[in-house]
Amino acid sequence: MRLHEYQSKSIFSHYGIPIPKGRIANTAGEVKQIAEELGGRVVIKAQVLVGGRGKAGGIRLAKSVEEAEEIATHILSMNLKGLPVRRVLVDEIVNFSKEIYLGITNDRMERKPVIIASGAGGVDIEEVAREYPEKIMKVYLDAPFGLHDYQTRNLAIGIDLPRELWKSFNQIAKGLWKAFKENDAAIAEINPLVVTNQGFLMALDGKMIVDDNALFRHPELVETRDLDAEEPVEVEARKYGLSYIKLQGNIGCMVNGAGLAMATLDLIKEKGGSASNFLDIGGGANSDKVSTAIRIISADPSVKVILINIFGGITRCDEVARGILASINNQNKKIPLVVRLAGTNAEKGLDLLTGSHVRTATSLDEAAMKVVEIARRKNK
Amino acid sequence: MSILINKQTRLLIQGITGHEGSFHAAQMIAAGTEVVAGVTPGRGGEWVLDGKVPVFDSVKQAMDVSEVNTCVIFVPASVAADAITEAADAGIELIICITEGIPVKDMIQTCAGLKKTRSRLIGPNCPGVISPGESLAGIIPARIATPGKIGIISRSGTLTYEILYSLKQVGLGVSTCVGIGGDSIKGADFVEILELFEDDPHTDSVVLVGEIGGADEELAAEMIMTKFSKPVIGFIAGLSAPPGKRMGHAGAIIEGGTGGAEQKVEALIQAGVIVAKNPAEIIEILKK
Repeated sequence: MRLHEYQSKSIFSHYGIPIPKGRIANTAGEVKQIAEELGGRVVIKAQVLVGGRGKAGGIRLAKSVEEAEEIATHILSMNLKGLPVRRVLVDEIVNFSKEIYLGITNDRMERKPVIIASGAGGVDIEEVAREYPEKIMKVYLDAPFGLHDYQTRNLAIGIDLPRELWKSFNQIAKGLWKAFKENDAAIAEINPLVVTNQGFLMALDGKMIVDDNALFRHPELVETRDLDAEEPVEVEARKYGLSYIKLQGNIGCMVNGAGLAMATLDLIKEKGGSASNFLDIGGGANSDKVSTAIRIISADPSVKVILINIFGGITRCDEVARGILASINNQNKKIPLVVRLAGTNAEKGLDLLTGSHVRTATSLDEAAMKVVEIARRKNK
Repeated sequence: MSILINKQTRLLIQGITGHEGSFHAAQMIAAGTEVVAGVTPGRGGEWVLDGKVPVFDSVKQAMDVSEVNTCVIFVPASVAADAITEAADAGIELIICITEGIPVKDMIQTCAGLKKTRSRLIGPNCPGVISPGESLAGIIPARIATPGKIGIISRSGTLTYEILYSLKQVGLGVSTCVGIGGDSIKGADFVEILELFEDDPHTDSVVLVGEIGGADEELAAEMIMTKFSKPVIGFIAGLSAPPGKRMGHAGAIIEGGTGGAEQKVEALIQAGVIVAKNPAEIIEILKK
């Protein structure tokens, strides 16, 4: 679960990391009031969960209260990469002399958390990593022991930080590590961490992604989940325990298991078709879950045909067949279905489907060929 | 013959009284596995599965009474890391964790702790291990596999079933099939299992089923090139997947340009692996 900038910064601040003075606002009127409190010169930042907000015009400076209100009105009416801007963060303007990158994530190869720092902050850090890998400093952490003073000192030296800032950098890095650890973060990132003209370190931007598997330990974060900022259909799918990702093609797919789902999508592509989604119904799905999955797939107007590929282990094919039949009865538009059932209770499932208008296939290969053919015919 | 599990496997099941635990315990017994004990804290003293399997409150208590060398874990994600450590502390050699959705932080701490023990972990978020005709430790449907000389290692569940079943349909059998699981932080990787297959005289060839994300396949390719003498057939799922749901900057730095399906295919081909374009092709290649 990805947090907004204002949420991430508020958490960082709680762990002793200095952030600019500022508040969140829902209307231009509130922005005006905050700008007055902060003395007129403010930065207004759209709170949407996409990268590249600045380039898209979602972050702008205002030199006066009036300009702040004007800019806020504009930004609050924007769509950034398809997402409506419903809130803006209004921060005091901070002048700075240097931008640093500081982030923590888990390294799957080392099986350890890693803290990353770079003196080339404020820009796209992936690009820095590609072009100038020598400008990226990494320190791996032993989970039970955490971050040592000498490790943050090594980072400070590595990014050429003036000595008088080492102590403050140490406190910020340790605060970020604590925020990362205590909130089960997958990523905690400050970009940029700046050296202000007054000579202090301050986090101007913040980003946090929390491990979805650990959300049961953080009900306070789940409460703040911003459902407006996600694809509605993905939100609905999650509610039913389905893993759904929208893609660009016209062949709907419902599969049990992520690996088999990916292989099915690959096969559709190999046969010359293109999938409209990735959908994993997981293990042991009942008929309700199956019919919900079909409803979610069918709601996409680009879908011409649906491929259902089930290899029953825990999942029972007769239960899947019941879900398919229920969805046919509730469906208004008639989208052709191609069903391939194998494994647990496959024969029972296929018996149930006899007599319905559902097409069946005996192998994955045959099923993929059939859906690609139907999609091609319907596109003409 | 086989790797990891065989007729000598004596199995303990953590979470044996739960919905999944009890169902799969029965399946494992039906497949010929020696299920000697179960653990559910608070349910010690009961007998389950037609009164044949005793339940204990802790792994340690079970170990005091029964001879156990392998365990399978079905407990909920919130307590699964604790169950893995409990099994390792009690001295179980092979721990297979089926549970899906364990927090990454828990697995990092657990894996660091396991290094100090003699235990080997398979999973989590995996279908387990089957040596057809000998033993099943996990949730792989036993009837879709037949004994033979092909070894399988896979990061996926149902995709592996697909392959096992297709092999059986053409009369090809399997020595051992190992589902190493789909999580980013896990126990055994491809390399660890390949080492076991290299030393197993009853495995003639290996099917390696990978997918996008991480660099396990690249590491496997490196090992195959230098230390693996048997033919390997590879398959990578996710060639058509869009870069899409990226995990943000810090993650991308770490991945350092790895993780894509095409790079994995390329690395495997370089190592002399025959890479199949789709699951059906794996079977075609093995038939020859």
